[in-house]
Amino acid sequence: MAETVPYGMKTQRPPDIPDVHVIWMTGGLGCDGDSVSITAATQPSLEDVLLGAIPGLPRVHLYNPVLAYENGDDFMKYWFRAERGELEPFVLVLEGSIPNEDIKSEGFWAAQGTDPATGQPITIPEWLDRLTPKAAAVVGAGTCATYGGIHAMQGNPTGAMGLADYLGWNFKSKLGIPIVNVPGCPVQPDNFMETFLYLLYQVAGLAPMIPLDDALRPTWLFGKTVHEGCDRAGYYEQGDFANEYGSAKCIVKLGCWGPVVNCNVPKRGWMAGIGGCPNVGGICIGCTMPGFPDKFMPFMDEPPGAKVSSMMSMGYGTLVRGLRRLTNDTVNKEPSWRHRGSQLTTGYRPRTY
Amino acid sequence: MATLEEEQTAKRTLVEMSWDPITRIVGSLGIYTKIDFENREVAECYSTSSIFRGYSIFMKGKDPRDAHFITSRICGICGDNHATCSCYAQQMAYGIRPPAMAEWIINLGEAAEYMFDHNIFQDNLLMVDFCENMVRETNPSVWEKAKKTQAPHAADHGYRTIADIMTALNPFTGEFYRETLHVSRYTREMFCLMEGRHVHPSTLYPGGVGTVPTVQLFTDYLVRLARYAEFMKKVVPLHDDIFDFFYEALPGYEKVGERRIMTGCWGAFNDPDVCDYRYENMSKWGRGMFVTPGVVLDGQLVTTDLVDINLNIRILLGSSFYDDWENEETFVQRDPLGNPVDKRHPWNQTTIPRPQKREIHEGGKYSWVMSPRWLHQGNHLALDTGGGALARLWATALAGMVDIGYIKATGNSVKIFLPKTATKPEVEFEWQVPKWSNAIERNRARTYFQAYAAACAYYFVEKALGELHAGRTQTHTPFEVPEEAIGCGFHEAVRGVLSHHLVIREKKIANYHPYPPTPWNASVRDVYGTPGPYEDSVQNTPIFEENGPENFKGIDIMRAVRSFDPCLPCGVHMYLGPGKTLELMHSPMFGVQHA
Repeated sequence: MAETVPYGMKTQRPPDIPDVHVIWMTGGLGCDGDSVSITAATQPSLEDVLLGAIPGLPRVHLYNPVLAYENGDDFMKYWFRAERGELEPFVLVLEGSIPNEDIKSEGFWAAQGTDPATGQPITIPEWLDRLTPKAAAVVGAGTCATYGGIHAMQGNPTGAMGLADYLGWNFKSKLGIPIVNVPGCPVQPDNFMETFLYLLYQVAGLAPMIPLDDALRPTWLFGKTVHEGCDRAGYYEQGDFANEYGSAKCIVKLGCWGPVVNCNVPKRGWMAGIGGCPNVGGICIGCTMPGFPDKFMPFMDEPPGAKVSSMMSMGYGTLVRGLRRLTNDTVNKEPSWRHRGSQLTTGYRPRTY
Repeated sequence: MATLEEEQTAKRTLVEMSWDPITRIVGSLGIYTKIDFENREVAECYSTSSIFRGYSIFMKGKDPRDAHFITSRICGICGDNHATCSCYAQQMAYGIRPPAMAEWIINLGEAAEYMFDHNIFQDNLLMVDFCENMVRETNPSVWEKAKKTQAPHAADHGYRTIADIMTALNPFTGEFYRETLHVSRYTREMFCLMEGRHVHPSTLYPGGVGTVPTVQLFTDYLVRLARYAEFMKKVVPLHDDIFDFFYEALPGYEKVGERRIMTGCWGAFNDPDVCDYRYENMSKWGRGMFVTPGVVLDGQLVTTDLVDINLNIRILLGSSFYDDWENEETFVQRDPLGNPVDKRHPWNQTTIPRPQKREIHEGGKYSWVMSPRWLHQGNHLALDTGGGALARLWATALAGMVDIGYIKATGNSVKIFLPKTATKPEVEFEWQVPKWSNAIERNRARTYFQAYAAACAYYFVEKALGELHAGRTQTHTPFEVPEEAIGCGFHEAVRGVLSHHLVIREKKIANYHPYPPTPWNASVRDVYGTPGPYEDSVQNTPIFEENGPENFKGIDIMRAVRSFDPCLPCGVHMYLGPGKTLELMHSPMFGVQHA
């Protein structure tokens, strides 16, 4: 006879593991903007995850320097414990790009904590070498960590790069999970927390392999372009372009790269559905893309590709706009039978009055 | 002198202690100290930053219109302050002035940034040092006293005792901690309404904004602002209670984080009626800002003139990982008024990184932070920003120039008026010039400045609606990038002074140097041996913690450092090393003995 499952426990399968640890390294070349960003998330919020408000999750222990209660050694001990295999399983999150520490004879570009043996700082690449083989999953938070971002711009002195450039694009964690990239400069708050939640479910045995595209981004978040989700795309279709900032029309001629950038921000808004980029008047500068920033600069010039396609839409769009205006005029007028007076002109023929 | 010091230090037993990283700040900072446990004070302190990114290097040769997009990425909590400051500098270089509507929108965005950032830093990061868990761990007797101490403003905030406030501040489980996290979200929504995205804005451009000014935009902002004003009517008395309690419970606590009163504020919130971005008129429009620029030295206001402020900035080396630029190009010989510009001024700086081994001792090189100083009567002053709010309120109060209905600077205080909200009547708060520049007063000023920013925002909403109702909805002034130009922008990042210096040649960036607050606060011993503000405020901080060296948390040091609102996305890591007793010290100049 099957074991009796108590009432209320039937719908919820317990996680495979009771606890999961999260080592969040902010020590790359970054701005901590992704750590700050996730505190803005509400779907789910940080406290939803940490206080166990989400069903089915293991207990989550987060070690992030921006939020940690502990300091110094008390804080760094988790890094060393993870290295010794004492924090199992753990998810490693990197924020900031990875400088090339091999291009100079001494010193460091980016480091976190101090090596007790030498008294010198422990560099970020060294931490990655120590921790990535032991991690259940490796996540890049923001465009610096994922692809290099701003600090990997042409002319940079540090040789900065992203996670896959450093670990290899075919890297797999010990659970067989590829690097998970959640780009964005900074990362859109809910995009990150939603991906993070998915991974926690996966590590807990409650979700299948996370679906990723070629750039290792979650497909459900980055499968569409900015333009496809932009509420100003209708202006583009009608060939109606803004020629000054502050206009509510399509801003592709002012430098917006939305038609060729993978990102859901105009559709989702920045937080709580508010804000965004081209949907609220900000040109898309491609901040979620592996080619960011160099391939989009100078940001305030019209993208070369937009010249051709916007010209075509101006031809077709001007005609469509004209026709729609006629229809619009028509539907802006009420039908003729709504009036006062002794006559009913709706078409109904009363028999009793 | 040296001999005297030798004698004084001859009998001290110092324990080397370090915290790297210092958490609950933005960026990577390490604090290395030598502590005299016998006399319960910190004898020496070094601050180190462990990240170099190289903005000034990779911006060279780029289109100057990209500068605000790029420099926003300097900081992940106040990036928009950088973007704004960069636009100010660009506007000067391009010779343009945004429409008034754009300035009000930017001011509303920046006010939301202060409201958000001070709020999340104060109550989700810094106040953890004052929460139940921490106080019980470091000062059990203070916790016992807190349980017995009635909160004087209980009626305003609802917490009966000081201990009740401390419990509410516990991370994640504390009620007030969670409330402030929620507040940090809707204030960021206010920011996103005006500037598109937090923290790197999307709708901000040199010349104005792309934000579309509508009735909806300002209404959405205003209803959130009113919610925040209601919240602040609770928060100001709540923080006053806990700060006053520390002075009372631990006599001498005013010494924690204390240093000479030497604060700088570069001014915030431009007034479109007077600000034309012309350098020649900068003294005038600087004084028109809704937060007055100024340097306060030993309690006296020594200047409110942005030209004076600008010309006396000096960037010194000493203990940082850079080579000198004495033999590099001088980009700007004279400012547009004909004043000579020093070789060590940001306009003429060339950044030459030299990575090397870290040597944490007098004369050693140990940080990626340089040493900005402000030259006054022949002295290179290591100004601090007081975590931003303290310097802003101090300069504004003494200058006595701001008078906008919601704010009145009186000459020795700042009065802040918050109108009626859902459940609370109108309230006036008055920030009084404090006796000390110390940890508690930096923290208190932060709370009052949250109210100040909210009060300003009420005024800006009225001005913006005035433009909207009058039909003046243009938000951008077009421009051409000139062949050659220079520009400078002055602003207040949330945690203090912010300047951007720009040189354009052949329509490209020839030189660009941003100076955010943290290089000032976290600066290291300069060529003259003058320590930076973190260093000298931690040095001589008395130790009130009840733990001995074995399980020492360094809470008083943490409070001293965090009061500056450290933000080193160039690195602040604090690590509590194992206590190591050094040999008897024979001079304050010995090196750290590395393990």
